Amino acid sequence: MNPAGMIPAGTNPPVATPFFFYLLAAIMVIGGVMVITRKNAVHSAMALITTLLAQAALYLMLYAPFVAGVQIILYAGGIMVLFLFVIMLISIERAEKERQFNKQWPVGIVAAAALGGLFIAVYTTTTKGRALFPEGRMTYGETQNTQQIAALLFDRTAGQYMFAFEIASLLLLVAIIGAVVMAKKRI
Amino acid sequence: MTDPTSLSPLDLETPDKTFLDANELVINMGPQHPATHGVLRVILRLDGEKVMGLECVIGYLHRGVEKIAENRTYTMFNPYVDRMDYVAAVSNGLGYCEAVEKLLNVEAPPRAQYVRVILTELNRMASHQLWLGTHALDIGAITPLFYTFRDREEILKIFEKYCGARLTTHAFRIGGLQYETYDGFEKDVKTFVAFVRPKIDEYEELLTTNRIWLERTKGVGKISGKDAIALGVTGPVLRASGVKWDIRKALPYANYKNFDFDIPTGENGDTYDRYLVRMAEFRQSLRIIEQAVDHIPEGPIMAKVPKVIKPPVGEIYHSIEAPKGELGYFIVSDGSTQPYRIRVRPPSFVNLQALEVMCRGQLVADVIAVIGTLDIVLGEVDR
Amino acid sequence: MHALMQYIQSYLDSDKTPGGAGNIFWATVYILLVFAGLSVAVIAMNWLERKILAHMQVRLGPMRVGPHGLLQPIADAIKLLLKEDIIPAEADAVVFWIAPFIVVLAAFTVFVVVPFGPTHAITDMNIGILFMLGVSSLSVLGIVTAGWASNSHYPLIGALRSSAQMVSYEVAMGLAVVSVILMTSLNDQSTGTLSMIGIVQAQLAQQEWFIFKFFPLGLIGFGIFAIAMVAETNRAPFDLPEAESELTAGFHTEYSGFRWSLFFLAEYSAMIAVSSIAVTLWLGGWLRPFPNLLVAPPWDLVFSLFPAITFLLLAAMCFYNTARMPKHPLFKVQTIGLAGFGVVLGLIGLILFLPAVRLRVNDIFWFSAKVAGFMYLYIWYRGTFPRYRFDQLMKVGWKVLLPTGLALLVLTAFVGMRTELWAELQGVWRP
Repeated sequence: MNPAGMIPAGTNPPVATPFFFYLLAAIMVIGGVMVITRKNAVHSAMALITTLLAQAALYLMLYAPFVAGVQIILYAGGIMVLFLFVIMLISIERAEKERQFNKQWPVGIVAAAALGGLFIAVYTTTTKGRALFPEGRMTYGETQNTQQIAALLFDRTAGQYMFAFEIASLLLLVAIIGAVVMAKKRI
Repeated sequence: MTDPTSLSPLDLETPDKTFLDANELVINMGPQHPATHGVLRVILRLDGEKVMGLECVIGYLHRGVEKIAENRTYTMFNPYVDRMDYVAAVSNGLGYCEAVEKLLNVEAPPRAQYVRVILTELNRMASHQLWLGTHALDIGAITPLFYTFRDREEILKIFEKYCGARLTTHAFRIGGLQYETYDGFEKDVKTFVAFVRPKIDEYEELLTTNRIWLERTKGVGKISGKDAIALGVTGPVLRASGVKWDIRKALPYANYKNFDFDIPTGENGDTYDRYLVRMAEFRQSLRIIEQAVDHIPEGPIMAKVPKVIKPPVGEIYHSIEAPKGELGYFIVSDGSTQPYRIRVRPPSFVNLQALEVMCRGQLVADVIAVIGTLDIVLGEVDR
Repeated sequence: MHALMQYIQSYLDSDKTPGGAGNIFWATVYILLVFAGLSVAVIAMNWLERKILAHMQVRLGPMRVGPHGLLQPIADAIKLLLKEDIIPAEADAVVFWIAPFIVVLAAFTVFVVVPFGPTHAITDMNIGILFMLGVSSLSVLGIVTAGWASNSHYPLIGALRSSAQMVSYEVAMGLAVVSVILMTSLNDQSTGTLSMIGIVQAQLAQQEWFIFKFFPLGLIGFGIFAIAMVAETNRAPFDLPEAESELTAGFHTEYSGFRWSLFFLAEYSAMIAVSSIAVTLWLGGWLRPFPNLLVAPPWDLVFSLFPAITFLLLAAMCFYNTARMPKHPLFKVQTIGLAGFGVVLGLIGLILFLPAVRLRVNDIFWFSAKVAGFMYLYIWYRGTFPRYRFDQLMKVGWKVLLPTGLALLVLTAFVGMRTELWAELQGVWRP
């Protein structure tokens, strides 16, 4: 439960990690299944919100509180609000009467299970597969999460993601301006 | 059988798309609504938030006052007149009494005329105070309502001491006044004038330079002077559009000729200018009251009017400047004790026609501001 | 017994919050205290709002239910609990039921990180302010679902407008907050902190409340936040979505009784939460005015007497009003009630004189006093200002507050880093 070196000195030991992990993972999976099985789009959106909040809690368990906070603000508090706006503004009564699933769903399940089984087999049994998920890469303490992310972005010697960050924000800006231009009635 | 209220040029079928897909939406406001100042029904045709067309449906307060007049003697009809514009009852009474006096070719004695002017100007202030409180409340400022009503209480106290009633006063009689002014009337009026002057500054302080008030009222509900004259709009609405027309100066009645006062006008004809004009009218009314109360002459309060009023055959139109606009009485007499026809020209009825012109292109939230700024009273719109 | 006293004493002497020390028992005690305190604060806000608004409007407000209307909120609560619970016919019952809970959860969870003192917080997350902003933005979801679940297009329009307004002003709030975080990094290690307690300690270390820092930048940031927080909580002058005299009624039209009271509870809690953010970030949190001056022992004693004296003053006001009550047999119960209330306040004041209590309550007192000042400001705004129209509201949020916030951020960064910038430039010119 607490392998040596995994938890840096001076931070808090984890509390009931397996219990919370399985609980949160169960919430996420159930939420995800509900997203695709609900007929009512608003119910799907609310299930997605639950999934995203559980994911934020998982980030907390991984000692990444900044990412958890940002997940709550952006995903649950921003993107899902926009989803809900769109769902509520268009009339979707027609969609509720449609058939929920494709007629060929048994074939789909078999194919997904086969592919999933193949992935799991490769990742857990072969050495190259296991090398993709090394254990215990938590070199950052929880109290320094925000500062370390800032260092990765801005630090003169260690920061390497600034360019990618700016390019991504430019992409978002282009998307916003495009949406505004397309939706405006009069320029 | 088609419902008469559905015969409207606005084409009121429900669109078959959902409310947000359709480009045009028809919304019904009233007749029960906190902001329509009475039982006014407004049907709005909206494009999103913008008002494309507007139709007023009135008549919910119609009581058949003009028909009743044909079956009452001139004196008996006097109390009915108060109930039309119930907020400014004294002005209604003044217009009616003066119209009948003109028919009878008598003139009220000077003392009666001075007291009439004082009471009418006090009533103008009370009416404007009520307008200010409710207009501010519609726009969201909840406090001026209480201030104006508290100050209006002082005016109503004076009325109550004078004639026994606060709102529907029946203060004047054909030929003059019935009641002599009570002891301390001049003192009360002077105290009131000194009391209310700083209060008007208080109202202005809350609203006139408040940037939210400015944003809500500047440029909202514009009407040009030409349009206003074409529609027959009168009163502060007309004056705010730049037309300097006040019946107290143009066709003087009572003894307004003896008093020195200005006619405030505005420039743009928007809601803010109407607000400024009415605030200035407060101060002009105070000027008139001050001049009048110092010079009330002694003398009789009632002219020589026969006990049974039988005006000669003829007709007359007499109008006065009520707080809301030009209030006119057209009386046709056939020589008997009961009038053949009395037609009232209510200012709010004619001003309400301007609502559509003012609201075109405005947003929905502004419609309420414009209804408030027109200062309509459904009692006189519907009679 | 002695072990229990020792346990309590060891806790009171520690220098960490319960969450920081990993102490579940004390964390639970704190959670219950905050919950109870918040409920009392909301009830008090209800009474205060009606009374203060009434006094601003030349009237008295509630006077009948209890002395000077002090029991009016309790009467309102009982009435709301006893009302019939109406659910619209075609409404989605599950979502209709969940919506008020989302709003209340978001409004209450925020208080986990609010610092009433250096160790008087439930926990001190190192992303404190981020957590607060994030969780309070979850209440938007509750509002949107409430409007939708009512199955009537006026509440839906009201809910969408309300949530659009809240989302817009969150951006402005965020920018003002970021400028403060920049100010916390002006220390030797050049590391700032997002933790609420850390921000107040930064103000203590820099010996300046952030509202006065880099004058007028701190003040402008405070102004932006003060306006944005009023819009965020849908209060006047930004309360068009829930105004009575407009066409579209608010999102809570179809809610009656207890469900409506949940919305109202959440609104007041959100008001207190954003006021706590403002107090922590700009007004020095639990610090008394001029915290670094006059720290010598005699002054320590004087300042620690403030809470006790405040309560005794309140008790004196109660007794004065008791003397002014009408002397009529029908008023006997009310007079006794008011005197009793005064006695309770006086007792609390006397307890606050005890040294053991005095030293620890100081922080909570100053924090609460500042938040109370903000509550008064909220009520004052409601009594004074007309309402903004919705498009003007959005214009203020996006076209006025957002550019000002951006400019403020850049200017704060420049002014804060001016010595380093100057050194850099010198290094470039004369290498």
